[in-house]
Amino acid sequence: MKFIILSAFSVLLWSSCSFNDKSNSVLPIYGSREPVTKTVNGKQVTDTVYQTIPNFEFVNQYGKTINRKSLDGSIYVADFFFTSCPSICPIMHRNMLKVYGTFKNSGNVKIISHSIDPSHDSVPILKSYADKLGVTGNNWWFLQGKKEATYKLAESYLVAVQEDPKAAGGFVHAGYFILIDKQKRIRGTYDGTKPEEVDKLIADVKILQNEPANMIAQ
Amino acid sequence: MRAYIITGLLTVIVCLVYSCQSDEQIEYMRYYTAGQDIYKTKCQNCHGAQGEGLAALIPPLTDTIYLKANGNKLACYVQNGLRLPILVKGKAFNGQMPPAGLSPIEIAQVLTYVKNSFGNNMGLYNVQQTNKDLGNCK
Repeated sequence: MKFIILSAFSVLLWSSCSFNDKSNSVLPIYGSREPVTKTVNGKQVTDTVYQTIPNFEFVNQYGKTINRKSLDGSIYVADFFFTSCPSICPIMHRNMLKVYGTFKNSGNVKIISHSIDPSHDSVPILKSYADKLGVTGNNWWFLQGKKEATYKLAESYLVAVQEDPKAAGGFVHAGYFILIDKQKRIRGTYDGTKPEEVDKLIADVKILQNEPANMIAQ
Repeated sequence: MRAYIITGLLTVIVCLVYSCQSDEQIEYMRYYTAGQDIYKTKCQNCHGAQGEGLAALIPPLTDTIYLKANGNKLACYVQNGLRLPILVKGKAFNGQMPPAGLSPIEIAQVLTYVKNSFGNNMGLYNVQQTNKDLGNCK
């Protein structure tokens, strides 16, 4: 009798483990989606169109123009910050350095940090910030451009950003890291101030790296 | 019998010495624990949970030599913020630290914590000393 209970329990354990495993291996797709019906070869086909990051055009720390196309073929992590931020930005970028260090040599992973205070964060200031963080090369870009454009883009990343003279540093923003896949869809959001969530982000980037290019995730 | 008396006397002496120490020790521990909470809410985001700072942007708090040499200026830095470039662990830091918005007793507590964490061991920094140092702020 004891043996039966024990074996039943272990089977249960085993199946619950494999179930977890399965659900972890595919990341969800966030944002709005809509079905699109089109006619292919005379047949009606319904497809799901997922929300993607719209086009943008900003300047990076090297003074080079960066747009949506610059990230073609890359998995990337985006966040919003400003260099004079006294509150959560240092801890966010301490954690982001770990992401940077992990994928520096993998080629297809980039990080983009949008400044939400472009009037202060000029290109030279972003360059010196990057230098001081020890960031070189083209894996981590610090972008600045028109404030309205940045704030509008933040909405596409499902991140709230706004100016508030009462907040420390003059801006309020959420410290989220957003994971974007090669098709420019949102695949994860992580609290950039928490080391354990950033470890999850690193694991999820690795899952995306192994995802087949034409895979349709549910 | 004699052994009992000696043991008893020794115990009394040890207790006495211990209780004398513990007055100071208790005060230190009060400052230290209160300082730890203040550090977490006011300092840790930038200076890190281990006082490690952030690359060349934010100085670490692990440079005991710097902390000792500038011991009486630290309260002013915490109260008023810091704009001057400083040299910590052989690296120049020229960013700005904002004022922390703490009262003198809170400054004393958080500095007691910093001066006795991250490899530092400088003992109690009490509010009397803090007020004296704050009076000399430039």
